[in-house]
Parts: sequence; structure tokens; C-alpha cells
Amino acid sequence: MKLFDKVFKFNGGIRAETKKNISTAQPIRKIPLPKKIVLPLRQHIGKLAKLKVDIGDEVLKGQLIAEADGNVSAAIHASTSGKITAIEKRLIPHPSGLPDFCIEISPDGKDQWIEKKAIPWKKIGLDKVNELLLESGIVGLGGAAFPTHLKLNNSKKAGALNTLIVNAAECEPYITCDDMLMREKTHELIQGIKLVHEILNVKESVIGIEDNKTDAINFIQHAIKKEKNISLQIVPTIYPSGDAKRLIYLLKGIKIPKGRRSSDYGIQMFNVATILAIYRFIEFGEPSISRIVTITGNLKSPRNYELLFGTPLKEIIDDAGGQIIKNDTFIMGGPMMGFKLPSIDVPVTKAMNCIISSEPAMIEEKKPVLPCIRCARCAEACPVELQPQELFWFSKSKQLEKAEEYNLFDCIECGCCSYVCPSNIPLVQYYRFAKSEIIEERHEYEQANIARERNEFRLQRLEREKLERAERNALRRAQSSSEEKTKLIDEKRKAIADAMQRIEKEDDKND
Amino acid sequence: MITSILVVIFLAVIIGIVLGISAIKFKVEGDPIIEKIDSILPQTQCGQCGFPGCKPYATAIANGEADINQCPPGGDEGIHKLADLLGVEYKPLNAEHGEPKPKSVAIIDEKTCIGCTLCIQACPVDAILGSAKHMHTIIEKECTGCELCLPPCPVDCIDMVAIEENAENWKWKYPVYKIDKVSERRAS
Amino acid sequence: MINLQSPFVQGSTSVSNIMFIVMLALIPGLIIYMYFFGIGILLNIILASITAIIAEYFILKIRKIPTKVFLTDNTALVTAWLLALSIPSIAPWWITVIGTLFAIIIAKHFYGGIGSNIFNPAMIGYAILLISFPAIMTKWQNPSYLYDANIAFSVFMHGIDNYDGIASATPLDYVKTELLQNKNILPILNEPLARLTQMQWVGFGFLLGGIFLLFTKIITWHLPVIYLLTLFTISSLFHLIDPSQFAPFQFHLLNGGTMLAAFFIITDPVSGPTTPKGKIFFAFLIALLVYLIRVFGGYPEGIAFAVIFANICVPLIDNLTQPKVFGHD
Ligand code: SF4
Ligand code: SF4
Ligand code: SF4
Ligand code: SF4
Repeated sequence: MKLFDKVFKFNGGIRAETKKNISTAQPIRKIPLPKKIVLPLRQHIGKLAKLKVDIGDEVLKGQLIAEADGNVSAAIHASTSGKITAIEKRLIPHPSGLPDFCIEISPDGKDQWIEKKAIPWKKIGLDKVNELLLESGIVGLGGAAFPTHLKLNNSKKAGALNTLIVNAAECEPYITCDDMLMREKTHELIQGIKLVHEILNVKESVIGIEDNKTDAINFIQHAIKKEKNISLQIVPTIYPSGDAKRLIYLLKGIKIPKGRRSSDYGIQMFNVATILAIYRFIEFGEPSISRIVTITGNLKSPRNYELLFGTPLKEIIDDAGGQIIKNDTFIMGGPMMGFKLPSIDVPVTKAMNCIISSEPAMIEEKKPVLPCIRCARCAEACPVELQPQELFWFSKSKQLEKAEEYNLFDCIECGCCSYVCPSNIPLVQYYRFAKSEIIEERHEYEQANIARERNEFRLQRLEREKLERAERNALRRAQSSSEEKTKLIDEKRKAIADAMQRIEKEDDKND
Repeated sequence: MITSILVVIFLAVIIGIVLGISAIKFKVEGDPIIEKIDSILPQTQCGQCGFPGCKPYATAIANGEADINQCPPGGDEGIHKLADLLGVEYKPLNAEHGEPKPKSVAIIDEKTCIGCTLCIQACPVDAILGSAKHMHTIIEKECTGCELCLPPCPVDCIDMVAIEENAENWKWKYPVYKIDKVSERRAS
Repeated sequence: MINLQSPFVQGSTSVSNIMFIVMLALIPGLIIYMYFFGIGILLNIILASITAIIAEYFILKIRKIPTKVFLTDNTALVTAWLLALSIPSIAPWWITVIGTLFAIIIAKHFYGGIGSNIFNPAMIGYAILLISFPAIMTKWQNPSYLYDANIAFSVFMHGIDNYDGIASATPLDYVKTELLQNKNILPILNEPLARLTQMQWVGFGFLLGGIFLLFTKIITWHLPVIYLLTLFTISSLFHLIDPSQFAPFQFHLLNGGTMLAAFFIITDPVSGPTTPKGKIFFAFLIALLVYLIRVFGGYPEGIAFAVIFANICVPLIDNLTQPKVFGHD
């Protein structure tokens, strides 16, 4: 195999078994239209999308059914034509296991598109393209589901970009959807890269890929032979090389701290699947309605599927032959950062890159947890160069400020520390806990500040009103008689009594 | 003899340096104490503590006129924080002042509301909108859940509704697993 | 199952694994030890191990902690082995028992058990023995004394009183006492008692084991390398200043428990620092103290006191040596 191009190695990381060949033996498959399509309004990072349809509406494939609520949000489109039959809370693929608002479509079987219009991006300029992207519903398809138009917005703010990095590292074990996409849609992908390259007006595009995807590497190398500005850079297979900031460091040697964006450094990064989605939208006017999902693990026939958003997961698992060893436990995402699905009765969403049917070893009682022996293996493995053992100590004892001081929020929850810990401590669980605790505390603190301000404002207002009233009273006392006063009070009393009567009547009616 | 003296001096110097550095590193800044107490109080402004609001309670604590365990909305956590701040013993919440409840917001049944404005006058944070004789609504975001608007309402149209857990405000829980008994006492 | 969260896969290292490899790495040194000094050391190790396990078992029971998991983590065994290897092989059995009990009960469990002990348990055990029984603790077996298993066993049971000439001072001790009589160091160093090659071979065995530990990534290079380097530098420096008073570096590196300390004792993770820079400083501090105690202090070997003192500084060292987080300035 070809030697690595020069890469900048980040600290730590792990070399876990990749288990990728489980799902790469067979080509990507599509399944027939499901009987129901269920589209959650929460499929992305940010605010819930705003509903644009009602029960009973007929929709066409690709029609906007919920629009982005503000900027930090993403639109949702019908993934096939049919009728809206329900809008209610259903289980969604979310670690909370709590139901959330979903739109149910009963497909009419015609799968009829709306009128598709290519985007004349050359004419309308980046700003307009961005506005349209807001309606495209495209989010980062690597799993984070960050709205794509926002990324572009940021790059616009930051000024000139010079590099587009295409994230094809796909470092998590088991996941192969990007790999298969690169193998089967190489040409389209390169077209997409060229398109985004031109739209962003960058000088070079670099595809960063892990060295274990030999087929994809060959295909892409062949396809970009004639492209002067697109290069392929092979990085070693070390998890988490596919994490955005780690990959940027691997390729460019720039360490981007928490809170800064790659665009501040002239770099924009997209995942291969996202590039393809942008391409489809701009070239053909197709919004984001489907994606490739790896269905793998403990299954009779694991493989990759191209699936409409909203397809019930259960149908796909059945199509893949069902579980070999029954345990009804499924993981969404990779084994390092994914989460256990609350149930198999959830739909495919934009963030769903991979479903692993749990191997028995993944869910059995873990080895006993011992106290931390301060061996610092976790620190050696941490790609963010944190001190996980300290973070653990502070999170465990709920010294949240200390945890923050030790940069808890830089933690990307990659799980490397838990993976190597000889005491089997579920370190990342502690960080997740501490983070949500801090986030809530902050939120409460903000709420309290608002309440304090409003309270102070009110007290001032009352003070002012008291003064004014005193003045007015003084004036009035000089002028008016007491008769008028009683009249006024009587009037008020009567109003209240009337209202009471009205209510009683209504209550009677209701009974 | 000389060596032992040297060793002692050496130790003294090292410990001195250590203490000096710690003193710089762990310095606490001064801040008006009332403000600090007030920033710990939850600002629900409910008056359950026996004072007309959080600030007055904070003032009372600062002046030593009130105990630290009188604020139900702040809960145990709040008392712990106050105890830490003031360097006094923690004590459990004084039940006379009520019990902590899940955070709720007030909802006005808009069909029943007669627009009497009494609740508006009661709300400590002006979270109720509406003018005389018009139906009123509560700005859910601003409502602190203090329940002060309930008693004045002549038609009992305000209800407290607990904020339910959803995918957005949901939190990761504290890890629980089997062996977790060994006390770890090493503090950094 | 309640809390099934990622990562769902895990590496294969475990505490008991690590400790087991540490014990494996001690074996070359141990074999050489037995080759030159007889089976006395083996008896000590076995006794220390049994004492440690029993003590650990009862204290876990008393503290109401599940015994199985914690007994099989092998940490008590490593403590026992290190302590036994530090004690002279001709010490009677009760020395080993007392030392082990102190190490396990006081130094380990009184401070909260595995993971929470501030001090290196083996070194606490050793230091207490050294202070309480200096006469026994500073006598080393005279390798020229012919021994067999019977004698070894009898010494183990009753001490050395029945055998003349079995014990002599350690080289460190010997040189120190000789120096007190205002002699020049060079002739002293040539005396047979100052050149205990057998002990140096044992040190070599520990060095081999240490390299194995480095190789298997059980320990990182920082502690042993900096420790040995510092000892080398300081002793060379002093030797340069006054060759007639200060021994050259070979003497310090090859004698005493230098190799055992470098690879096995100061590398105890629980009581040591966690940051790379902290490890460097920690090792430097110990080497400095070891040298000072050896040359200027009241005891011939200073590793136990040096380690204990450095242990106290660990929280501060860690605090001051936090590495830069990815992307932070
Ligand atoms: S790897 Fe585990 S035992 Fe080692 S320092 Fe980190 S948390 Fe502690
Ligand atoms: S989960 Fe966080 S602390 Fe652990 S290795 Fe990853 S970034 Fe570091
Ligand atoms: S009891 Fe109510 S008013 Fe008193 S401090 Fe607590 S929240 Fe504020
Ligand atoms: S609306 Fe009612 S419960 Fe809410 S803050 Fe105002 S008075 Fe309190």
C-alpha cells in the first residue's frame, strides 16, 4: 500500500478493531416504499422545525412540510408523495428515549416529485445560494446533523476561504456508509466536490481518507487524476481521525481550539455524504430526503441501504434478515460515540449514519468498575489532550466548576479514554452527565438573572407609580367629593360580579 | 549537625514556595456579600422564605437575621452553596417554609379569565400580559413558578403545570453501576 | 444495563492485567537474586504475598467492599513483592509480616484503598521498618557466606543470630560508615564490601524487567529515564567537584535499589503524578532527594523517604503541570 502522505499526528487515539468488512460485501440497496413514513421535527442540531402542513394535506415528494425556525434550524421535506395522516408525538431516535413531534405520511405509492429546479448558483451569488440551502434541509450527514447553511454563513463571515476539506475518514468501527458511497458514486461525488469548490471559491480541495478503505482510495485516485485542485490525502487508521478538528490537524497541522471554527482559518469541511446532498440540491433541485445508512452488526445480512428519511427502522432490519442472536438492542451511530436506541420502532433520520444490531458483548454486564488508579492511560489516549482522570474526579464528585476549569467542554466525547481505562470506568458517561448538569445550571442561572432584572424593574416601577399616585391623589382630594369615589368602586364591583355570573353560566353550559 | 540544619532549611524553602504558589493560585476574591448570596438564590421571588423576595432574604442572611435553609425553590443544592459561600454548616431545608417542587409554570385558562388584572399586580416578574378587562396570558419563558398569582385570582383560572421532560431539556443521568463503594477521597 | 452508553467496545487492559505484567517483569531480577543469595528472598516474597492477601481480605470485609474483584486486582500482591524485594533477604519472618501489614492496612486502606492512597504503600512499609528496626534493615546478606536451603529457612524463622558472618553492611552503608572516619573515598570503593557485584547483577535483572515494562507500555519512559539521568548527573557533578569525597555515578546507579526504584517503585501510578511534565519533575525530585539522603543524610539508602516526600507534592505537581489542551495557547 501507498505510504502515507505527510500527516500531523494528533495525541493518542485508539486502534480498535474496525469491523468494517461486515457490511461492505454487498452493494447499497434500496427497499420498496414503506407503508408509513414518519418524519420527526427534530432531526438536526438547533431549533425544532416549524410545521407547514396539517393533517389531511396531500404532499408531493420533496415538498417542504416544516421550515427552519430561525437560522439555527433545518427544514424538513416529504420524502415521498402521499397524505399527512398524523402529527403527534412518537418515539424518535434520540438518546433520551422520549417521544417528540413527528409528521406521519401515508404514501400514495406514486412517489411523485414536486417540480424540481436546478439552482443557477453562478447567477445568483453565494448569499442567495445560502438562503436556498436553508430551505434544502441539508445538514451534516456525518452524524452530527449541523445545518449546512450555517456552516456556509460562518465561512462568509470569516472572509476568504482557501481550502475545502472533504471528510472521508469515517473512523468509527462498523460504519461504512461513506466508504460505500465513495465506491458506488465516485463520479457524482467528484462532481459535487468540484461544485462546492467553485461555490466556495477555494484554492484547493483535499479529500482526507483513512488508509483502510483501499477500494474507495483506488476509485477516487483514478477519478481525480485530471483534477488539478483536488487531492486525496491518506491518513492512518486511528480513531478519531474523522473528527473535524482532528482531521484538519492531520491534514494541515492547524489545531483549532474549542469555540473557534475552521472557517476562521480559511478551511471549510464537509462530509462526503453532505457534499453529495449539496450537489443533488444545486444541480437537480432535490432537497434532502434520503441518505445511505449502514445496517450492520449482529444481523443475517448486513449491508448499506439508501433510505428515505422516515422509513421505519424495523422494516429495514427485517430486510437485512433480522438479528442472528436475538437481543432487541440496537445502537445508532458507531460503537464509540453512538447511543442505544429506545426501541426499534423509530424512523430513519438525517443523523442516522449507522445502525448496529448489538453484538452480545456490547450489552452484557461490563467488567467490574474499579477506582481510578491514576495510570494516565486515558490522558495518553485523549485526542484533545485533556486529563480525563481529573475530569472524571471532578465530575464524579460534582465539582462542576472545577471540571469546567479543566476544560470539560473541550471533550468531544470520543470515548477513547473509556476504551483504554484499565479500571473500566465509564468516563464519558460522567462527562455527559457533568456537561448536561452545567448546561442546565447555566440555563437556570440565566433564567434567574432575567427574573431578577424583571423583579427589580417591577419594584422600580411600583415605586414610581406610588409616587405618581400620591401626587395624583393629593390633586384629586383637593377637587373631588367622596360621592364620586363610592360610585367608582361600585362600578368596579359590578363588573366583577357580571363576569362571575358569565362564568357560572358558561360552566353550567359545559356541564 | 550541619547537614540536618541544611535539610531543614531546604525543606522549609520548598514548603514555603509551595505555600506561596498555592496562595496565589487559590486566592479568593472579595465581592459584596449580599450580591453573592443573591446570585445563589433562585430568583423565583416567591416569598416562601418569609421575605418579600430573594434580595430581601439575601440581605437578611447577610445581616445574620435569617438562616440559610429557608428557600424551598433553591433546594438542597442551594443550601449547600450558601453554606459553602458563608463558611457555615449545612442544614436541611426548614420544612416550615415549604418543600421543593418540580419547576412549574403558571397557565391561565384564557376562556375563564375575566381580565381583572389582579394577577398582574401580584406577579413579581411581570410575566403576565394583558390589560384591564382583556384576557391575560402568561409569558411562559419569564414565569418563575412562584405561585403568587394563584390566590388573588377571583375565578381560579390559573393552574401550575410542571415542566415536563422532553428531548430538548432532557439530561444525561449520573452513572450508576455495580461496584462503586470505594470512597475516593483524593482531592486535587 | 441501566446505563448502557457508548463506547460499547472496550480495550483489553485491566488493572489485574497490568499488575500481573509488573510481577512478570520482576521475575528476571528475582531469579538472579535467588541465584546469588539463595531462596531466602523467595520465602520472604511468599510470606509477604500471603500476608497481603489475608490482610486485604479482612480489611475489605470490614469495609464492606466486594472482596472478589478487589482481591483479584493483583495490586496487593505487587505491593507485597516490592516490599519483600526491598527488605534484606536475611530478615526474620516477622519483619516481613509487620511491613506488609503496615503497607496494606495503614498505607493503603486507611487512605481509602486502591486508587486513593496518597503514599506508595510498599515504601511506607519499608520506611516504618527502617525506622523501627534499623539494625535488621541495614544488614545485607554476605554473598560469600555459603548457604543452603536449611540455613535459609532457619534464618527466616529465627533471624541471623545463630550464624556468624552471614550478614554484612550494604555497600551504601559500608561506604557511608567508612567515609565518616574522614577517609578518602577511592580506596574505600575498591574494598570488596563496596563492590558487591552480585547485587549489581540483581539490579541488571530489574533493568531488564523495566525495559520489558517500557516495551509493553505498562509504564512510560518519563519516570525511569529522568530518575536515572538525574542520579547520574548529580553524582557525576559531585564527583567532579571532589573525587575524594563523592563516589562516581556507577556506584550510585548500580547499588542499592536504584534499578528496582527506577522501574518499579517510583512508577506506582496511584501515588504518582499523571501529567508527563509532572512525571519528569517527580522523578527529578526523588533522584535529588535520594542522592542527598544517601550522601548527606542519616540513612544509607533514601529511596523510601524520597518517594514519600515526593508523594506529598503530587497534587501540587499535577496542578502546576497541566498540559495544554488541543488548540489552547
Ligand atoms: S485510564 Fe482509568 S484508571 Fe487510568 S487514569 Fe484514566 S481513569 Fe484512571
Ligand atoms: S471522551 Fe473526552 S476526555 Fe475522553 S478521550 Fe475523548 S475527548 Fe478526551
Ligand atoms: S423562597 Fe422564594 S423569594 Fe425566598 S429566596 Fe427562595 S425563591 Fe426567593
Ligand atoms: S405568572 Fe404567576 S407563577 Fe408565574 S411568575 Fe408570575 S406570579 Fe409567579
